[in-house]
Amino acid sequence: MTHAGPIETWTTIAAVAGTAIAGDVLTAGAMRRIGDLDDIRAHSGIAGAIRAVTGSPMFLLGVLSMALSFFTLLFTLSNVDVSLAAPASASLTYIGNAAAARFFLKENVDRRRWIAAVFVCIGVALLTR
Amino acid sequence: MKHTLTPQRYLILLAVVLTASCGDVLLSHGMSQIGPVSLHNLGLLLTALKNPWVLAGIALLLGFFASYLTALSWADLTFVLPSTAVSYVIVALLSRFWLHEHISIYRWLGILLIVCGVGFVANGPSLTEHPDPALAAQPPSDAREAGISR
Repeated sequence: MTHAGPIETWTTIAAVAGTAIAGDVLTAGAMRRIGDLDDIRAHSGIAGAIRAVTGSPMFLLGVLSMALSFFTLLFTLSNVDVSLAAPASASLTYIGNAAAARFFLKENVDRRRWIAAVFVCIGVALLTR
Repeated sequence: MKHTLTPQRYLILLAVVLTASCGDVLLSHGMSQIGPVSLHNLGLLLTALKNPWVLAGIALLLGFFASYLTALSWADLTFVLPSTAVSYVIVALLSRFWLHEHISIYRWLGILLIVCGVGFVANGPSLTEHPDPALAAQPPSDAREAGISR
């Protein structure tokens, strides 16, 4: 079904992964700023926790990026085979998230976490075969 | 300090994994009853919202997002993401034993790799410790005391 050239194929797959990574990193960054949701729920109840999350512009930007990623994936699937687009974008997202979490969230991505990201990345690619 | 998770937090991670995988499988089962949706009959998507399997799938995926956000509030993204990849394994097992789909040797190999990857992160700390900038600027109390005694 693929009727896009290699450049268009990989550009759209990279766009899906890029927007998904932005969504994950922004959401994770927002949750880190908001603090432990278990504590917030204990003090202000579920309504307070929902208010704390949905009142964060960083979280809303993250959700917007996730939505953008979803629609980019739909666009990609209309031009590229799902057997290539889905595992390629999911695998790129796992590796990209490890790099972005280290760079933007200052997470300690040690050798153990890199190996985990690579294993999960290859595993996800194999699941579609 | 090494961050380890309490049993309650492991339950939240388990909820992330189970709601994601069961939600996907319920949606898939519901949509297989609805039939293929094309651009010409998008109205079928509204009909799908009346299907109890689809509704249950959506409810579980909402539960997934809530538990995923909760996990991100006390653990690193690079800890939560590989941990929740177990949901791919559960989806594969459910599709094999409940939906009776065929699972190739490559898929079993993929499942094995994901399980190994999850094992790697699960043994490590769940959260990166960032030193408080105000405290980092001060010398350690031992050194200060040693300075005073001299």
